[in-house]
Amino acid sequence: MADNVTPRVRVPSSASAGEDITIKTLISHPMESGQRKDKEGNTIPRSIINRFVTTFNGETVIDVTMEPAISTNPYFEFVSKVPESGTFEFTWYDDDGSVYTESKDITVE
Amino acid sequence: LGAAAAIFLPRIGWADATTDAIAEFTGGADLTEGGALKLTAPEIAENGNTVPIEVDAPGAEAILILATGNPNPDVGTFHFGPLSGAQMASTRIRLAGTQDVVAVAKMADGTFQRASQEVKVTIGGCGG
Amino acid sequence: GNWGRLAAQQSLTQDGLIGAPRAGDVTVVHVTDIHAQTQPIWFREPSINLGVGQVEGKPPHITGPEFRAAYGIEQGSALDYALTYQDFVALGREYGRMGGLDRIATVVRAIRDQAPGAILLDGGDTWQGSLPSLRTNGGDMVRLFNALGVEAMTSHWEFTLGIDRVTEIVENELGCPFLGANIFDAMWDEPAYEPMTRFERNGTQVAVIGQAFPYLPIANPSWMFPDLSFGVRAERMAEVVEEARAGGAEVVVVLSHNGFDVDRKLAAEVPGIDVILTGHTHDALPEPVRVGDTHLIASGSHGKFVSRVDLDVADGRVGEVRHRLIPIFADVIAPDPEMAALVSETRAPFADEMAEVIGQTDSLLYRRGNFNGTWDDLICQALLTERDAEIALSPGFRWGASVMPGQDITREDIFNATAMSYPAAYRTEMTGDMLKIVLEDVADNLFNPDPYYQQGGDMVRVGGLGYRIDIAAEQGSRLSDLTMLSTGEPIDPSRSYVIAGWASVNEGTEGPPIWDVVESHIRNQGTVSVPENTTVALKAG
Ligand SMILES: [Mn+2]
Ligand SMILES: [Mn+2]
Repeated sequence: MADNVTPRVRVPSSASAGEDITIKTLISHPMESGQRKDKEGNTIPRSIINRFVTTFNGETVIDVTMEPAISTNPYFEFVSKVPESGTFEFTWYDDDGSVYTESKDITVE
Repeated sequence: LGAAAAIFLPRIGWADATTDAIAEFTGGADLTEGGALKLTAPEIAENGNTVPIEVDAPGAEAILILATGNPNPDVGTFHFGPLSGAQMASTRIRLAGTQDVVAVAKMADGTFQRASQEVKVTIGGCGG
Repeated sequence: GNWGRLAAQQSLTQDGLIGAPRAGDVTVVHVTDIHAQTQPIWFREPSINLGVGQVEGKPPHITGPEFRAAYGIEQGSALDYALTYQDFVALGREYGRMGGLDRIATVVRAIRDQAPGAILLDGGDTWQGSLPSLRTNGGDMVRLFNALGVEAMTSHWEFTLGIDRVTEIVENELGCPFLGANIFDAMWDEPAYEPMTRFERNGTQVAVIGQAFPYLPIANPSWMFPDLSFGVRAERMAEVVEEARAGGAEVVVVLSHNGFDVDRKLAAEVPGIDVILTGHTHDALPEPVRVGDTHLIASGSHGKFVSRVDLDVADGRVGEVRHRLIPIFADVIAPDPEMAALVSETRAPFADEMAEVIGQTDSLLYRRGNFNGTWDDLICQALLTERDAEIALSPGFRWGASVMPGQDITREDIFNATAMSYPAAYRTEMTGDMLKIVLEDVADNLFNPDPYYQQGGDMVRVGGLGYRIDIAAEQGSRLSDLTMLSTGEPIDPSRSYVIAGWASVNEGTEGPPIWDVVESHIRNQGTVSVPENTTVALKAG
């Protein structure tokens, strides 16, 4: 399992009704590609986050399939509708079975 | 310069793998160039290990990203859900040398669009 | 001799050089790429300054006779000496050194007397390039430019002081905004510096937008400012211009460190810019280059010139634009006493160290030009001998004052060509194949036909190696006939060569500072002679 995996997200705490908001997410993770070799010349096994999903009140905003060519500390920026007050759920799926989550509430004024 | 050469990866073509990946995504359907799909990437990567790219295709269901010069061209696919506010997304990708980055968008009507941009990955050094 | 010099200067007067153009509603004064040169210096302009693709043969890609013809400059005149390279030594002995911050202060003061409220802008590459600036981490230049009354600046080499020092200066020492519309925080992709500042002059609203050098993390060590991202970001520039106009700006000035060809393309892509004050590529042009309604101004480097731009504004729009490129002839323009005293004060702690004579030169030492200059050849020779290498590589910087033949070489002269924050003279091995890849890569950064793929600067200088280059060829096939000069043998792609160089952008590069290597070499030589370089052959396009 990758060490010190820390998800971070930037979501405005409030929005006006019908407003689209920009969300930025970042998760610290080495994204080991499976193509690097260690000092002894042995291939370092692949260990990446392979999927990232954002939902709002249970409905999908974005669902990303990820390959080893996504950089270390995967970053995503995207736009979400916010039909009502509620909660964003962010989920990152690791090759090793780990699942990392973060959530943010937003109030529609 | 100098030691920088050690991290330089020469340009390699992997056209077949790219073609295969696109065919898998489109099911062999025709591609139109450009259209609503816009791919934004830097002309010169500041760091080949983390190259910012942005795709934007109003009305798209999904957008596939490929790095045509990587040993494995697959980068990722964005699937936009019902709450997607705009069918656009940014991420950062790894490029093993100067190459074309390609995006293919699957539009809601089942058609496909393609866009590409060359990104230069350079050793760096020197300046005015 | 002195008689010739007097005759040459007879027609030159301080008032004549400064002139008295009709003041506009807005007057802008531009200096750029001073590279920490506070003293009058010699600086030979390039004999070769190639343009590729659409800009081939267009200013600033003209030199010598073509340059004189384009601007109606008489051969042997003061402007010929200031702007071209021919007969540099002879004309230099007639017209004397150029620049000096105390002379610039005199000119700025005179312009402000004629046009009160003239806005003084600095295009960057200000805090690097001399021994005092190196020792004070740019502190001397910040102090001097504050005293000069600079009202906004942008940047390039500033960031090679490291992000902590830049932050310290911007927050505590700098008396003006530090602008960079294209500088973003790398983690969250958000603006990291102010993009613009606004002025009101004679009832006219002016916006000045800053644009830092777009390729900083590539051309310079990115580990010194790891959390920043740059780039041309033309769309961002368009947004900021729109924001400026929406906020009432009647005049939009971009204070740019893009380099001339990048600015020419930007001007064509981004509407609404009245004036781009260009920098980085060190070009000096006596007239603006027009791209649509945008005027591109090129004000040279090293304090040789000050540009004055006067804009007439009516009904919220710019009308006539008048430009004057003022050459700073150090023997003609009187030093401003206050600035002269302040400059002396900043130099005093290092005066003895700088004045020490290391050797003499029989040859003009200069750097500027697309390929090896004599200063570079001397540095390459120093690397070959002092670091016991087969091939030397020296970066294609465009900064570095010239040294006249027959002159002493002081420690100050050496630092004027080498002072920077990553000076380690490394020694490494590289295969012939890799060496070619490196040189091809640098060549593409210079000669790619699309300006947005160019970084500015010049071709890496080589010692011990000769080659042919066809700049119009494709990436990867511009160079041919790579030859070891010592043996006349072709470079073997599979053989390993011992390479010495300096200014690596890699963190942890080891070796003595380049100025020690050069000083030691010059001491051993006593008097250096550096013939014109004939080892790089340019294939006529
Ligand atoms: Mn410069
Ligand atoms: Mn510069």
